[in-house]
Amino acid sequence: MSLSVSLRHSLPGFDLDVAFDAPPGLTVLFGASGSGKTSVIEAVAGLSRPDGGRVVAGNHVLLDTKRGICLPPHKRRLGYVFQEARLFPHLTVRQNLAYGQWFAPKSAAREDLGRVVEMLGISHLLARRPARLSGGEKQRVAIGRALLAAPKLILADEPLAALDEARKAEILPYFERLRDESPVPILYVSHSATEVARLATTVVALETGKVTRQGTATEVLGDPAFRPGGVRGVGAVLEARVLVHHDDGLSELDANGARLLLPRVPQDVGQPLRVRIAGQEVTLALSKPEGISALNVLPATVQEVSPGAGPSAVVALQTQAGRVLARVTKRSVAAMGLAPGLACYAIVKSVAIAPSDVGG
Amino acid sequence: MTGWLGPGEWQALALSLKVAFWATLAALPPGVLMAYVLARFEFPGKQLVNGVVHLPLILPPVVTGYLLLIAFGTKGPVGSLLQEIGIVVAFRWSGAALAAGIMAFPLLVRAIRLSIEAVDPKLEQAAATLGASRLWVFATVTLPLILPGILAGAVIAFAKAMGEFGATITFVSNIPGQTQTLPLAVYAFLQVPGGENAALRLVLISVAVAMGALVLSEVLARRIARRVAGT
Repeated sequence: MSLSVSLRHSLPGFDLDVAFDAPPGLTVLFGASGSGKTSVIEAVAGLSRPDGGRVVAGNHVLLDTKRGICLPPHKRRLGYVFQEARLFPHLTVRQNLAYGQWFAPKSAAREDLGRVVEMLGISHLLARRPARLSGGEKQRVAIGRALLAAPKLILADEPLAALDEARKAEILPYFERLRDESPVPILYVSHSATEVARLATTVVALETGKVTRQGTATEVLGDPAFRPGGVRGVGAVLEARVLVHHDDGLSELDANGARLLLPRVPQDVGQPLRVRIAGQEVTLALSKPEGISALNVLPATVQEVSPGAGPSAVVALQTQAGRVLARVTKRSVAAMGLAPGLACYAIVKSVAIAPSDVGG
Repeated sequence: MTGWLGPGEWQALALSLKVAFWATLAALPPGVLMAYVLARFEFPGKQLVNGVVHLPLILPPVVTGYLLLIAFGTKGPVGSLLQEIGIVVAFRWSGAALAAGIMAFPLLVRAIRLSIEAVDPKLEQAAATLGASRLWVFATVTLPLILPGILAGAVIAFAKAMGEFGATITFVSNIPGQTQTLPLAVYAFLQVPGGENAALRLVLISVAVAMGALVLSEVLARRIARRVAGT
């Protein structure tokens, strides 16, 4: 099941003109606030009516302004996870979960309530009302409610934005499982590079109403000219596999033959995972450094130097592990003579890799 | 009870309760509908509709009563139609209920509209994305959440209906046992020498009924609100 979206709409300040095809899996609509991503997801949900466009989920036409089709939200077969959970306060958790199930066609392929409850770890909450749940618990129930509506398309509008870091870490794995286990396409709105790195099968980057980039998370985040939320947000994604958990609290990963040492990851040995290496945590050296504390030293070749507006530049490096981006000063670029083809070493402190940037 | 109250007074009390009960009950469905329309829809002429709903509140009650008499009298356009299917409201208790219901209607709509506006439309949107049509959204999300507001509106409407005087006496006159509700009975007693004691008894009853309704609604509203909020 795939998703095809093309939309045109006049918004205050700019025009939305967006077209993308999302293969199965999780598609992150990525952009700063005000880029139009919420307008896109609301038009896909039918909560707003765009001036023109076409939205097709699988073979289910949700919107086609040329043919005069604009299904109301309740006929679109959605599972929508909102930023603020939006649980029904007068219903218990169990009733909230069953709400969408009740309206789903009897013939629809149904998720089993027990299975969903178990996956989300909310069995002890079933009899409670939303007012007595924590933020993370609410969001887990909201995910379950969306899943149980037997949707043909799952929409998530910044579902983690209202949560603190600990709660984010609690919810992220559920979206990873959803992406890997559910055949239903997921459209996920976010402004967080971390969420893109962890979740995205496909990234669609938006800027003032236009698609600026589209591709896999590795492709889009590995582009040195792509500056989500400014140059501080730069960071490439490596695909790796857990090799061994060491006794000293480190985990050793195999990224295409290269070894990476990270603080202990929760995944089991042999599990695949993605690691986002923040550009500003990468140090470059021309000769192999010795006697330093950093544990990850990757031989690299400079591929591209992309100067930023300020004092810094982003250097794209090819390493055995994959594309790595380093944010360094323009002064260093000049002093080291960094230019395409130059061999160097990329140095990454293990502890500089945020746990939230590592995931399945 | 009957020993303390004269038969006429007892009759007035029973009639008042009956009139106010039916007036409130009959006004509730259109009241909820009107409140929902005013709270959730934008349409041309909305201010006009809103104005008409509020007319009974701002017009002198006598004027409302006279308009009712013109429309619902046996020779009036609505009254003659109703008469053909065997319904007569003029100078009947049902007419008193109609007058009370119309006078109470704006108060009912205002209270319910406020409570609908307090329901987060985002919850209704969420219900729609989960497959609920507009009618189902109303029945399963909006209605349960506004129950305290409906109850509050109903109590105000009931109290207003119990106390309605001007429109009632103009429309259906002051017929003991037919249309003589408590306030009309108080007025009638005050017109005859030596009626002050009976009037005072009825006044005390009015106060007791009004206070009782208010306390009951407070208790119920608190209980429902607690259930709705889930705490």
